[in-house]
Amino acid sequence: MTSLPENPSERRLGLVIDLDTCVGCHACVVSCKEWNTGGYPAPLSDLNPYGAGQTGAWLNRVHSYEIGAGETGWGEAGRTVHFPRSCLHCENAACVTVCPTGASYKREEDGIVLVDEALCIGCGLCAWACPYGARELDPVGGVMKKCTLCIDRIYNENIAESERQPACVRACPATARHFGDLADPQSDVAQLVAARGGVDLMPEMGYEPTNKYLPPRALSAPPDAPAARGAAPADRRDEMSADGFWAWLDRVLDDAD
Amino acid sequence: MKPAASVILFTVLSGAGYGILAVIALAALIGDLPGETAVAVWSLLVALGLVTVGLLSSTFHLGHPERAWRALSQWRSSWLSREGCASLATYLPAGLFGIGWVLLDRTDGVYAFLAVLTGSAAMTTVYCTGMIYGSLVTIPQWRQPLVVPLYLAFALATGSLICSTLFAMLGAWIPWLAWLSALSLLGTWALKRAYWHAIDSAQTGSTTATAIGLGAAGLGAIGLVRPLDPPHSEENFIMKEMGFRVARKHGRKLRRLALHLGGTLPILLVVGAIASPAALASTILLALALPPALLGVFVERWLFFAEATHKVMLYYGRQTA
Repeated sequence: MTSLPENPSERRLGLVIDLDTCVGCHACVVSCKEWNTGGYPAPLSDLNPYGAGQTGAWLNRVHSYEIGAGETGWGEAGRTVHFPRSCLHCENAACVTVCPTGASYKREEDGIVLVDEALCIGCGLCAWACPYGARELDPVGGVMKKCTLCIDRIYNENIAESERQPACVRACPATARHFGDLADPQSDVAQLVAARGGVDLMPEMGYEPTNKYLPPRALSAPPDAPAARGAAPADRRDEMSADGFWAWLDRVLDDAD
Repeated sequence: MKPAASVILFTVLSGAGYGILAVIALAALIGDLPGETAVAVWSLLVALGLVTVGLLSSTFHLGHPERAWRALSQWRSSWLSREGCASLATYLPAGLFGIGWVLLDRTDGVYAFLAVLTGSAAMTTVYCTGMIYGSLVTIPQWRQPLVVPLYLAFALATGSLICSTLFAMLGAWIPWLAWLSALSLLGTWALKRAYWHAIDSAQTGSTTATAIGLGAAGLGAIGLVRPLDPPHSEENFIMKEMGFRVARKHGRKLRRLALHLGGTLPILLVVGAIASPAALASTILLALALPPALLGVFVERWLFFAEATHKVMLYYGRQTA
C-alpha cells in the first residue's frame, strides 16, 4: 500500500551515522552487500565482478569529501569527511507515495521503508523521488532494491541477540554507526543525537528523514598547524633519510623521546 | 536525467493521440464534426492507435512489464497509477462514441456527451502524465509550474495538427481546426520558451554541504565541499540514470532546432495552408507541416529529460542542484 501509514506506531527505527568518527573504510558497504547477497532476500546482483564493466546493485555507499580547503575555508588545508549514504527511512517518504503498484511501503510498527519484490515492476519512479539515491534497480532482478534496515536480522530469533543489529552497524570498526529507536528519548541513539546535534540531510526537501547524521566536531586547532605535528622542520638535522622506511623510522624515534 | 526512448515515445505519441480525441470532442460539441465514415474510422484509428502504441512502448522500460497491470492499484497516492487508470478509462467513452460516429452516423445528444467524456478523460490522462514529473521535488526543472500546462499544450497542438491534416486528406477541410493548429502551436512554443528561460534563471537551495548534513553544523566557513575519493570505481544505477547531462552548448543548439522545426516551420506551413485557395495545396502544406512538428516535439521531449538535474548528483560532484 503506497499511502503512508495512517496509524503509525511510536517507534521509529533508524541509524545514526557519525561523520566525525567514520574513517571511510567501506566495511559497512561490504557487509551490507554480503548480507543482502548471502542472507534471506533475493541476492543483490554482482555482474562482471573481477573485471572492467562491473554492474550490480548496492544499498550502501561511502563517499569522501574535502571541506574547508582554500581561501573560502580555513586556509590551505581542508578536512576530510567520509560520508556513508543509504536509505534514511523518511517519515514523509515520497518514494512510498509515488509507487504505482504498492510495492514500496512504510511499516506501521517501526517505520522501516521496504520494497515488496513480488509486486515491484521496476519502473524506477521511487529512485527518481529519492534525493539521497537510496534506491537502485537490480539489473538481474528487474526490481528496485534499498536498505532494509536489516529487518531480517533485527527481529531474527535464530541469531544471537548481540547480532540483532544491521550488518553495517556490526561491521563498523570505528563505532561510527548506531542503531535504535529514534523516537524513544531514552534510547542510546536519541541521546547521541541530542548530545552531538544530529542533523537531517537536505531538510529543505521536506522528507523528514529518520536517520540522523552527527556532524564532524570543530577542531581545537586548524589542521596542519605546526604545534600539532611535533618538531618544526628546522630541527630535523639528524634525519637519516628523506624518504621511505628510514624517514618513518626517523619520525618514530623522534616521537619516542 | 537519462532520456529513455520508451518514455519519450510514450509521452509524445500518446499525448498526440489524446490531443486528437480532445479536438474530436470539441468538434462534436460545437456540431462541426465531419460525418463521413472514412473520416470517423481513420481519425479514431489514428488517435487510439497512437495512444495504444505509446502505452505499450512505455512498458518496455519496466523491469517486469508482465506485472504492469499492478500499476493501476495505487491511484490513491501515485500519479503514475492515476495516469494508468485514466488512460484505460479513456477507451470506454471513446469506443462508445466511435460506435455512434462510425456505425450510427450520430454525434449529437448522448454521443456528444460521450465525446465530452472522451475528451475530458484524454486531457485528464495527459494531466496525470505531467503531474508525475511535476510532483517530484527532487528535480527542480520538473517541479516548475509550467511543466503540466506544457504537457497539455503539446498534446493539444500535435493533436489538432494531426487531426486537421487527416481530415483534409480525407476531403474535410475545417478552417477553425487549421486555425486551432496554428495558434496552439504558437502558444505552446511561446510557453516552452518561457519555461526554458525560467529553468535557466532558477536558483535552488540545495548544495553539497546541505546534502551531507553540514549546512548548519556550526563549523564556521567550511567553504567548498569537494569530492575527494569516489564511492565506487564504476558507474552505478544512480549515476547512469540521474547523471546524464547534455552540455549547455549542445542544449542551446537543440533548443533552437526544436523551436524552429517544431514551431516556426509548421506554423508557417499551416498559415500557408489556411491562406491557400486550392484544397489540394492546403492539404499538401498541412501534410508537410506534420513531420517537422513531430520531430520538433521529440527533440523537445528529449531535452526535457536531458536538461533535468537530480538532487542526488550533489553527492557525485555537482555543487548545486
